[in-house]
Amino acid sequence: MFRPHPYFPHTQADVDAMLARCGVADIEALYADVPPELRLKHPYDIPEAMSEPELRDYFARLDAENRTLKCFAGGGVYHHAVPAAVESILARSEFLTAYTPYQPEVSQGTLQYIFEYQSMMCALTGLEVSNASLYDGATATAEAMLMCVAAARRKRRVLISATMSPAVAQVCGTYARWHGITLETIPEHDGATSLEQLREMLGAGDVAGVILPQPNYYGIVEDFTGVAEDVHAAKALLVLNCVASTLAVLRTPADWGADIAVGDAQSLGMPMNYGGPYLGYMCTTRALMRKMPGRIVGATTDRDGQRVFVLTLQAREQHIRREKATSNICSNQGIMALHTAAYLSLLGPEGLREINEAGCAGIHALVNALAPGGRLTPVYPDRPYLNEVLLRVADGLTARQIIEAAAAQGILAGIEVAPDMLLVACTEMQNRADIDRYVELINDLPLHE
Amino acid sequence: MNRTLYNHLIFEYSRKGRRGFTLPRRDDAAGSIEAAIPAATRREASPELPEVDEPTVVRHYTNMSTNNFGVDTGFYPLGSCTMKYNPKINEALASTSAVANLHPAQPFFTAQGALAAYWQLQRLLSEIGGMAEFTLNPYAGAHGELTGLMVIRAYHADRGDSARTKVIVPDSAHGTNPASAAVAGLEVVEVHSRPDGTVDLDDLKDKLDETVAAVMLTNPNTTGMFERNIPEIAETVHAAGALLYYDGANLNPMLGIARPGDMGFDVMHINLHKTFSTPHGGGGPGAGPVGVRHGLESYLPTPRVVRDNNGYYTVSEQSNSSLGRISSWLGNYTVLRRALAYILSLGKENIVNVGPLATLSANYIMHSLCDLYELPIPGPCKHEFVFDGLKDKSSGVTTLNIAKRLLDKGFHAPTIYFPLLFHESLMIEPTETESRDTLDAFILAMRQIAEEAKNNPDELKQAPHHTPMAKPDETEAAMHPRLTWKDLTS
Repeated sequence: MFRPHPYFPHTQADVDAMLARCGVADIEALYADVPPELRLKHPYDIPEAMSEPELRDYFARLDAENRTLKCFAGGGVYHHAVPAAVESILARSEFLTAYTPYQPEVSQGTLQYIFEYQSMMCALTGLEVSNASLYDGATATAEAMLMCVAAARRKRRVLISATMSPAVAQVCGTYARWHGITLETIPEHDGATSLEQLREMLGAGDVAGVILPQPNYYGIVEDFTGVAEDVHAAKALLVLNCVASTLAVLRTPADWGADIAVGDAQSLGMPMNYGGPYLGYMCTTRALMRKMPGRIVGATTDRDGQRVFVLTLQAREQHIRREKATSNICSNQGIMALHTAAYLSLLGPEGLREINEAGCAGIHALVNALAPGGRLTPVYPDRPYLNEVLLRVADGLTARQIIEAAAAQGILAGIEVAPDMLLVACTEMQNRADIDRYVELINDLPLHE
Repeated sequence: MNRTLYNHLIFEYSRKGRRGFTLPRRDDAAGSIEAAIPAATRREASPELPEVDEPTVVRHYTNMSTNNFGVDTGFYPLGSCTMKYNPKINEALASTSAVANLHPAQPFFTAQGALAAYWQLQRLLSEIGGMAEFTLNPYAGAHGELTGLMVIRAYHADRGDSARTKVIVPDSAHGTNPASAAVAGLEVVEVHSRPDGTVDLDDLKDKLDETVAAVMLTNPNTTGMFERNIPEIAETVHAAGALLYYDGANLNPMLGIARPGDMGFDVMHINLHKTFSTPHGGGGPGAGPVGVRHGLESYLPTPRVVRDNNGYYTVSEQSNSSLGRISSWLGNYTVLRRALAYILSLGKENIVNVGPLATLSANYIMHSLCDLYELPIPGPCKHEFVFDGLKDKSSGVTTLNIAKRLLDKGFHAPTIYFPLLFHESLMIEPTETESRDTLDAFILAMRQIAEEAKNNPDELKQAPHHTPMAKPDETEAAMHPRLTWKDLTS
């Protein structure tokens, strides 16, 4: 009756014995309550079963249609080295095939790495509490926006900088639209958030939260001196969306006076994987701890006095609060939190600093090398940038044309921000020869009229 | 599982000067951080991250993993979580350099394979769900619910019907249903369950009016019962102008039996980490694709993968009536690849056996234990069922005691104290990937526990006894939260 398949252990003898125990003649009898008119009318129109070798061939053929490029693109996703040790640790199936750690007695592995992850993210952001529960940087920022509104009770207006990544701003806009939040854009001035306009917008006194990026979408490191004071004076919360890797060298969200730090942890050595999975990090203060979505792991002792870890502060969570919930997050981004903890352990403070130094040296070397050709020049030359920069494309070329021509030669030249603007990033993964090849390619492109 | 606790933290191995990874040498002198970034925006002190060598890191996490229970170590009968086996070929096909170094913004002509895989899975899920179209962007089941409810709101908004601000959810629903509704800006109205756990149709009819945007159902529901009135429910909901939402958490027993689209559902999500075998990963990452019936495609989120007549794939950001964007890119691509591999491995011949075998396994356990455990809703069940604790409650042994004692016996606990319909809920879901031998061993353990409840209840109440740790002090954890290494050392 049943064809053998590697994932089904049942023999016909097993099925017969089980049916006998259930007191039915066939499995069909167990579905007697499904009205006949709802039943499958014909077999699914899907391919026939593939064996493992056939599956490998199938995916190999698909993958042959992709081209891995030397990556000079960022825009929130960066090509960093993934240590082999991280891959090895992630493959431990005791971690991979576990569920959310509801039973602490048999989940200490998961609980412990989440505790380590929380500790490391707090060390990076300077804040006091972290979860490990959010999907990506965009949804984490939207969750921070919901937190601002929940904390403010009646105020439902949130401000977001025009220099935020468009994808992050759009996701926040979607959540705001359906949740009934007025999300307004703070204009930019010369590539950075206009702090003057921000102060004006805060003046109305109805703002629940302010969301700013660091570095911003154009790669610019913004100066938020005095911002937290203004935001807090207006009784609003300050949310900083920071590229995780840069937290090692840039002023911390805590030092800026932020109440919430969020962002994507992809830049901490996660494979780019064509868009996911990544991890949205979120850290906050003790004061806001009980408003934070997701799961939190805490230390305690067991009956024998051993130090152990448990999920704690669960009264905040959606499965308890149900319709009173202010977030519907109900899991951990577990394996990606493990990825981050293992990665940060291997790199340490020095390694993470060197990652930033390499990106910084690389992008500045690239901009310097491009300067004589004059075809790609910084849009905001007076603004500081760390590992990413927005470049203006000279007349006679377009960003799209550059990207397509470079891709044909195995280079991902950047991201098109406007027809004449290209966003370019460097990490430790491009060497001098790669940079020279990039510059040569740009300078060799034929100009059109 | 290693029954000795390994509770060291990586911070405890840190010694100044140790390194676990080195970077390529750089020869370009340009651009030191000090030169590039003004001092006011630079970090003052180095972050307090551990300094550890590679062997120490690998040994640390390996030891830590041995205190974890996973599907690969044993039977995980966690109701409504569908803890089926996670095939190894899926891992091999997901964790590959062919995928790892693809940037999501690279030009379409260099990512046709990735887009083709994405498109394929959209089509396969549409066929299996009986839906017109799927988006694979949502990152998790709860994210799928939220996206699906936004689809429904976008549909009503597009029709100029702004009065529909409520969503009806059964009192037995997963906790994420009402929470997702609240985040989507909808007010939750609970519909009562009948004694057999199915929806009270009269109560539903009373609550349906022109303010209701949607009704969310799980079918089979959280007690493992099929809503046999679903055609009438669908008709009633549609007659009231609302849409019917299918929470795909319990889709597994329907594979090979019936499709949500044919049952009259308009919008659905699928938890790929349940029905389609992708690993749960200690809570994630998962994926929660959302499907819609014909006529609702334009409300799906952007970006969308589209294919032209020549078979060339692109990503579209445009749609005027779309609910908007809910993810940075196109979802959790490597999770999606695993699900695609799973469906292709089973193929049309085998996928139809998933539901029947899962249902047979659940009924087998139910029939083997219902003399000792209270079965509030007599079967047959589908993929899961609920016991309301022991039949003989005179010993005072609770569902929590039973759950903890199962850990001693090498099994994960079932879902406990859910659904909320019963005081001592023990919700058991075996899935189709467990052998009869495993089910028999679990049945034996459950029978032994019932025996212990009679003969030695005091010891049973102290369980677990053989896990790496004893009962934790959860009150202490909540009263004095210590949430970081710094909290432990200061």
